[in-house]
Amino acid sequence: MQQLAGPIKYQEWNLDTAQMSVQEFRDRTGGVMLALHKLQQIFGYVDDSAMPMLGKVFNLSRAEIHGVKSFYHDFKSSKAGKYTLKVCQAEACQAMGSEKLTADIKAFLKVDFHETTDSGDFTLEPVYCLGNCACSPNIMIDNETYGRVSIEGFKTLAHALSKEAV
Amino acid sequence: MTIKIYIPRETTSASLGAELIARAIDTEAKYRNIDIEIVRNGSRGACWLEPLVEVDSAAGRVGYGAVSLEDVPDLFDADFINGGKHAKLLGDVEALPWFKNQERLTFARCGIIDATSVSAYESLGGFTGLKNALASDADGIIQEVLDSGLRGRGGAAFPTGIKWRTVADCDIEQKYIVCNADEGDSGTFSDRMIMEGDPLSLVEGMTIAGLAVGADTGYIYLRSEYPLTQTILNEAIAAATEAGYLGADIQGSGKNFTIEVFMGAGAYICGEETSLLESLEGKRGQIRFKPPLPAIKGLFGKPTVVNNVISLATVPVILEKGGKHYAEYGQGRSLGTMPLQLGGNIKQGGLVEKAFGLTLRQLIEDFGAGTATGRPLRAVQVGGPLGAYFPDELLDTQLDYEEFAKAGGMLGHGGVVVFDDSVDMAKQARFSMEFCAVESCGKCTPCRIGSVRGMEVIDRIVAAENEADRESQHIVLKDLCETMESASLCAMGGLTPIPVMSAVKHFAADFNKGELQ
Repeated sequence: MQQLAGPIKYQEWNLDTAQMSVQEFRDRTGGVMLALHKLQQIFGYVDDSAMPMLGKVFNLSRAEIHGVKSFYHDFKSSKAGKYTLKVCQAEACQAMGSEKLTADIKAFLKVDFHETTDSGDFTLEPVYCLGNCACSPNIMIDNETYGRVSIEGFKTLAHALSKEAV
Repeated sequence: MTIKIYIPRETTSASLGAELIARAIDTEAKYRNIDIEIVRNGSRGACWLEPLVEVDSAAGRVGYGAVSLEDVPDLFDADFINGGKHAKLLGDVEALPWFKNQERLTFARCGIIDATSVSAYESLGGFTGLKNALASDADGIIQEVLDSGLRGRGGAAFPTGIKWRTVADCDIEQKYIVCNADEGDSGTFSDRMIMEGDPLSLVEGMTIAGLAVGADTGYIYLRSEYPLTQTILNEAIAAATEAGYLGADIQGSGKNFTIEVFMGAGAYICGEETSLLESLEGKRGQIRFKPPLPAIKGLFGKPTVVNNVISLATVPVILEKGGKHYAEYGQGRSLGTMPLQLGGNIKQGGLVEKAFGLTLRQLIEDFGAGTATGRPLRAVQVGGPLGAYFPDELLDTQLDYEEFAKAGGMLGHGGVVVFDDSVDMAKQARFSMEFCAVESCGKCTPCRIGSVRGMEVIDRIVAAENEADRESQHIVLKDLCETMESASLCAMGGLTPIPVMSAVKHFAADFNKGELQ
């Protein structure tokens, strides 16, 4: 399928690094969103210990920060697998058998949505539309979309990605 | 002589292996000592032909599609760099009926040029609209947009010129242009396609909007599912700034305008304009009460133009060729062209730009060539997850805002999703409620609770043991839908009943099967 760049390398959670990396967003439009994106990008998730720290940086309460973080599907509270695998559940993909594909992927990886495989390689998430609706069904692995995915194609891809992840 | 080879760099072709194909062509050419230049264009919109590789040969620009990685050595053996014969040879792709029968205004450049090259953009009329706007004044720009009859392409179809006029009339110094690029509707991808294939048209459109209303700051709120789009947009913004079409003192006019790409974080509701503004302010994406309209009190309480990508990307051609020229396309109150997106179970899916007035059947049969599975078509959902499901009998409805409303549907953002006869419409109706429950912002009760109740009621209808029981549950569902429609704060809860009730109305038998199929 596409380039097999291997998994995104995330750093171990570190509050000092986190604090330093969000300073630049203090006075930016939508700074809290920018900061959460940044932390997610560096660490792969946003640890709860970031809540009071972000509150201080943006002069907001911890509850307000938590409110923003928990509203959006993208911001995770704990470390995910090496790859985040999203399978489209929306109508255009449904019309091309995404329900069966999803069931087959779940059976193959032995996980349900929001769970990580025993190998630690994949965290499975639902997604509602990847904007590639003329080439359904679609999945996304980290930042890459794959179109017209069959279960056989997925298995080949998953094996290749798992090898890269070692 | 260097031969130019066009290989799209955009999500659809990438999702089908274009990156590896580009690398393979480059490697193979080096190995064979052939001098080529690979140009990374966008998609022309024929997703069924992607990855579409085009060659600037002596015989003109010829296409090969859909190319797979295995085809690459074969293509070289067939002398494709000189337009040689091959099973995948398409010839001049613009001569294919699929393209020839379109009317491209907004997407005129998309897929033809290197998406982020200012000079390529200029060579096809780019930035002429902005130059005309700079030579005119705010009133003149707004008048052209009013004359064009352009209505918001995001779904609400509000006249763009009137929105601009409202913001322009506000006597406040700080104003904003916000581009809604949170294209969350299932079955839609026109925003992504133009942002990846002709991003400078959006940059130009936003800049013109800034000149029209007196705003110097623009934001593109982009959904996080489009990471490649983010990269391409940022490159285009940098290129336009470098060329003096963006930033300080645009083309020596003394006018300033900047654009920043802001990423969403996976919340469908942020496509609703007030929710989007909250999110852009760094908050939970909960919707605001209206009024005040964002045009009066928008981002940080300042007058704000919130327009969809396609609306803004259409502005340059209006300023280039005149509002009246644009209004010559279309019919009645639906003027101009509509980028329609054919997806789901369709043989020839992709983007079809056409003047309003085409029928749904023409679109699906003439352009789409029927279902991908070859089975009979059963239902078509138009306008995203909040759009109606149409049965075959309604396929002769014209693609036109008013005609669609008359048929009980809405054109929305122009997404058309086709289903074959294996679809269970009770399940689709239940999914509409489920989607609303997952994506509701939670602010108003009809949407937050109504959607959950809706799932339960549909389950009870399907599982009903006798006709009387089923009938009484249908009454509950109808009542619930009426409440959601009239009492929800925004279109999410307010329009979810449309797909649900259209499924009940047109596919009643599917609700009597005893269980979801």
